[in-house]
Amino acid sequence: MSDQSSNNKILEINDLTTRFYTEEGVVHAVNGISYSVKEGEILGVVGESGCGKSVHALSIMGLIPDPPGRIEKGEVWFGGRNLLDLSDQEMREIRGAEIAMVFQDPMTSLNPVFTVGFQITEALKLHLGMNDKIARNRAEELLDMVGIPEARQRLDDYPYQFSGGMRQRAMIAMALSCDPSILIADEPTTSLDVTIQAQIVDLVNRLRDKLGMTVIWITHDLGVVAGMAHRVNVMYAGSIIERGTVKEIYANPHHPYTLGLLGSLPRLDEPPATKLYSIRGEPLDLLGLPSGCPFAPRCDYSVEQCLTQMPPLEPIDEEDRETEHLAACWEKERVGNQ
Amino acid sequence: MNQHQDDVILRVENLKKYFPIHRGVFQRHVGDVKAVDGISFDVYRGETLGLVGESGCGKTTTGRTIIRLYDPTAGHVYFEGTDMATLHGSQLRQMRRRMQMVFQDPYASLSPRMKVAGIVGEPLEVHHAAQGREKRERVAELLDLVGLDPAYMSRYPHEFSGGQRQRIGLARALALNPDLIICDEPISSLDVSIQAQVVNLLEDLQQELDLTYIFIAHDLSMVRHISDRVAVMYLGKIVELTDRDTLYENPLHPYTQALLSAVPIPDPFIEEERQRVILEGDLPSPSSPPRGCNFSTRCPLAKEVCFQEEPELIPIERGHYAACHLVEPSQRPEERVDITEAFEDRT
Repeated sequence: MSDQSSNNKILEINDLTTRFYTEEGVVHAVNGISYSVKEGEILGVVGESGCGKSVHALSIMGLIPDPPGRIEKGEVWFGGRNLLDLSDQEMREIRGAEIAMVFQDPMTSLNPVFTVGFQITEALKLHLGMNDKIARNRAEELLDMVGIPEARQRLDDYPYQFSGGMRQRAMIAMALSCDPSILIADEPTTSLDVTIQAQIVDLVNRLRDKLGMTVIWITHDLGVVAGMAHRVNVMYAGSIIERGTVKEIYANPHHPYTLGLLGSLPRLDEPPATKLYSIRGEPLDLLGLPSGCPFAPRCDYSVEQCLTQMPPLEPIDEEDRETEHLAACWEKERVGNQ
Repeated sequence: MNQHQDDVILRVENLKKYFPIHRGVFQRHVGDVKAVDGISFDVYRGETLGLVGESGCGKTTTGRTIIRLYDPTAGHVYFEGTDMATLHGSQLRQMRRRMQMVFQDPYASLSPRMKVAGIVGEPLEVHHAAQGREKRERVAELLDLVGLDPAYMSRYPHEFSGGQRQRIGLARALALNPDLIICDEPISSLDVSIQAQVVNLLEDLQQELDLTYIFIAHDLSMVRHISDRVAVMYLGKIVELTDRDTLYENPLHPYTQALLSAVPIPDPFIEEERQRVILEGDLPSPSSPPRGCNFSTRCPLAKEVCFQEEPELIPIERGHYAACHLVEPSQRPEERVDITEAFEDRT
């Protein structure tokens, strides 16, 4: 995990806000998040279900179903263009070719009635204008690269003939087919077993080194992120509540939610504790947000101010404006001293 | 925890569960999925036995066969000396009061058309344990026990979150005062912050009600947290069984070693230094397990004998069982197999 990332920003997101208008009311899925991704880095986006981590990725990709969803405001800058201003046609050219996405469930994200080979070559023919033969050779190369043995024969297999791990590899092969500069992986290992997860993590790390890709790795698993990401965004209730390099976040968390998440994980490298720390209460449903900090009802550190005012995402050390470690908490100093 | 080493509450002997495969016009029996293929272990009163393994290793089938949701193909399950595998009708029902199950999916395991009072009270009704007002009082008591407001009794499952539903499932399992609860992946569908809540609740209830648990899971760090002893399964067999500290400090079977090595540790400083063993390939199909040792197809240490003969689960040290040709009781610690070294040599 050497730090090969440069300081060039490849993707910049400003004040992205996505809402869903449902029968029950307005779901505030993503609430004004801003961040940038450096070229060549692996950025982890961590949070529990319903925190907006997947919706924010779909917003970047222009895949929010409208209606009921709508991107209310914000900008997504990539290659000098704001992706949110592009037409469907222009977006189609970027999606898959420049920014590719791997989805969570390898069982349902492949089409069961077409062969794996057909599904990989489809993108190659569409985006790169390859003919059948060249596309097939390239597809074989890709399957081979992601570690599927006897790649040529496996091209003619249907998805059901692949195991879960192999399907996820095929999905990654498909995502890499047009040499994208950014790979967004949305919970790519969640439905896989740990030994297969280790294979996939290892694969993505190697591919990043080899192809110089930028990776946005979305997950709820703090363990996986610790081993591969350079920087981490922690999300809660549609907002980024803490950001920093992976080491800062894990060694020195400044938001009570991050602290609580880390505390509630039993660790293999430490003697078992008698009791796990648990965050009380339940995650917020995003119908109508509170005026204050969304974590306040579950927080052990909350003060008066937390109930009325949403804390901004600010550097943990007010003296050090250069630091990349930010937290959105009124009591961040007190939390950090824990 | 309050375990009593000599007090065996459940003894599983050579348990097998095969699911037949039928093909063709005449539905001929062409083979079997050997989901559980001859496993034996004891569960002591008051302990938590962890059953871990990857998907398809047979851990859920084991749990379901013990409680007779499936009829075993062969073998015995002795609950306090009575063989569950041969019981029928009312005798079986009587025994089931003592053994309950908490299911993995809190969305599928509660009937959407029943109110919480009906769900939690159903076992009381089926077993004629309580009726009318008595039943309502018991349901209220149970809800209180699992940390839910008794007023929730008149609500439907869809009004609850995953963690709350799992609590309802637990209240239902506790309704008849069982001795043994089989928890089948009770936390794997819950969010991280809710997992810790449910695990803490399970531990509190164990203390309070003197329960015995079989805790089935794939999350090795959570299993280590909650279990007293742990059995590791691979392709329908137990490959290693010992107390939890020994298993995590001194794993003997190469599969256990690889599995532990694959678990990410939430600490970037440790992850940076860690040498990880990455197993090749996938789990073989349980309908045609490999000849010899089941793990031989993925084991970097496999020798000739591993492809020929099936290793038996034998005691290597006191209370520490392993099924591997390369692990013998006579070995000194430095002679033991180490998959990490073998892996480093190879790469």
